[in-house]
Amino acid sequence: MRALEVHNLRKEFVRREGRSRRRVPALGGVSFVVERGECVAILGPNGSGKSTLVRLLSTLLLPDGGSATVFGHDAERETRAVRKLINRVSVEASFFKKMSAVENLSYAARFYGLRGSETREQIPEILTRVGFPEDRRAEPMENLSRGMQQKVALARALLTSPILLLLDEPTTGLDPRSKQEVQEFIREVRGEHDATVLLCTHDLAEAEGLADRVGILDGGSLLCLEPAAELKVRYGAETLEEAFFTASGHAFEKGEDGEKA
Amino acid sequence: MSLALRHELVGLGGVIERNIYLVKRYIWWDIAFFLWTVANTLTIVFIAKGIPAVGGKIDVQRVTTILLVGAVIWAYLGIIFEILTETVAWERWEGTIEYTFMAPLSRPVHLLGMGLFAIVYGVVRAVLLFGVVAAFFGLHLPNADYGAALVLLIVASISFIGIGMMTAVLPLISPEKGTQLGFVAQGLLLVVSGVYYPVSVLPTWMEWLAKISPATYALRGCRKAILEGAGVISLWAEIWPLLVIGAVSVPLGLWVFRTGERYAKKHGKLKRSG
Repeated sequence: MRALEVHNLRKEFVRREGRSRRRVPALGGVSFVVERGECVAILGPNGSGKSTLVRLLSTLLLPDGGSATVFGHDAERETRAVRKLINRVSVEASFFKKMSAVENLSYAARFYGLRGSETREQIPEILTRVGFPEDRRAEPMENLSRGMQQKVALARALLTSPILLLLDEPTTGLDPRSKQEVQEFIREVRGEHDATVLLCTHDLAEAEGLADRVGILDGGSLLCLEPAAELKVRYGAETLEEAFFTASGHAFEKGEDGEKA
Repeated sequence: MSLALRHELVGLGGVIERNIYLVKRYIWWDIAFFLWTVANTLTIVFIAKGIPAVGGKIDVQRVTTILLVGAVIWAYLGIIFEILTETVAWERWEGTIEYTFMAPLSRPVHLLGMGLFAIVYGVVRAVLLFGVVAAFFGLHLPNADYGAALVLLIVASISFIGIGMMTAVLPLISPEKGTQLGFVAQGLLLVVSGVYYPVSVLPTWMEWLAKISPATYALRGCRKAILEGAGVISLWAEIWPLLVIGAVSVPLGLWVFRTGERYAKKHGKLKRSG
């Protein structure tokens, strides 16, 4: 069974402009397949539709058309089944800021059916694995650096043993060392957990370094999805940035927004 | 116990656990808010002392108790509404909303967890508030049946939670104005329910609204229990309407919330601020 099958997935948002409203396409008929155990990177600048894609797969948005299935379960109609199989790390550190790392992980694990007797040992173990210092576990999240918070976000996602991990710019805004640590951990997770990873990023080197295949998403359209080496050959490019330029017709930095990506 | 039921119960525990952590972390804010509520209640209850001072003739002890019960129930209802509205509003502010709504936790269990916590937290605060203000005024209530008043408050809470679910969805539909609209709903509910006066003084059309407001029966029943010592059985005239309103408002509240959640998912509003 395929981990992810996305067929002609479409989403538009309404944008207010003064008194009038305009429909802005965020994702326009995207189709692709991810095999079990694969790591696929979706590369695109801000506003290209990456976050919309992740939020559709996370059951937080309803599509305007098309379908997405996660291990055979429809993301629109079988939300409970899909939610049990996935978890997510996004660019924002989304935690109750006054609560500690352990408290945030503890209640979040309950939402996935994990009892206190199960998480009492699992939480310290997983925090150790992501390199989170033991003496800071009881500190409010607001006292932690972005890098530290992102490690807790990874721990939260892994605690629920997802078989599809959705990573939405997980290293954006991190210092080089934290970025490298998070990327190392993603490699480790793939190796040890049999997890399928969908990585949405605008970091070209990250996409090339972590993913089996790289897709270019631009203006809500998926232009291609192949191994990075084949992508470069196809577009006669030496780098992914060049490949992006050839595929999209504009430089990578361009950002056009439907909904905030 | 089936695996699915166990999963839901663990999730329910998670909602309550999270709220306990929040109370613990914001304890000084809670204490400050409680002191503000005490001060606010005192200003209302002092009205009973003030009427004779300006020439009015009233049974001060009785009016003091009537006002106190009104103020305590106002505060209690405020807590229930606030906690349920926070189901969305606080999570949006903290940025956790997407993680909570993508978790495999059924929405009824999620909202029930918030409601259960709100009842326990609200009852503790209401009891403390009543005790502090009653002690301040030296109220002597030998006939009061506090147990019956508590039972009535808990029965009324079923309806309050149903209505709270409907207002909780407002911040989901309108991130900018939703919370304020929740306060408007709470205020309107109390205006028609006789919070500091008998509903008979209201215009006829408001009296009709009072009949479908659970707060009307909660206020009347609690006053009977505390002033006249009415027991649970003799409060049946207040309890059965509360059960009927609860039986309607909870499923209706769940339906409204689900419909609002679907709208938010359709229009991209189920997301953190910004």
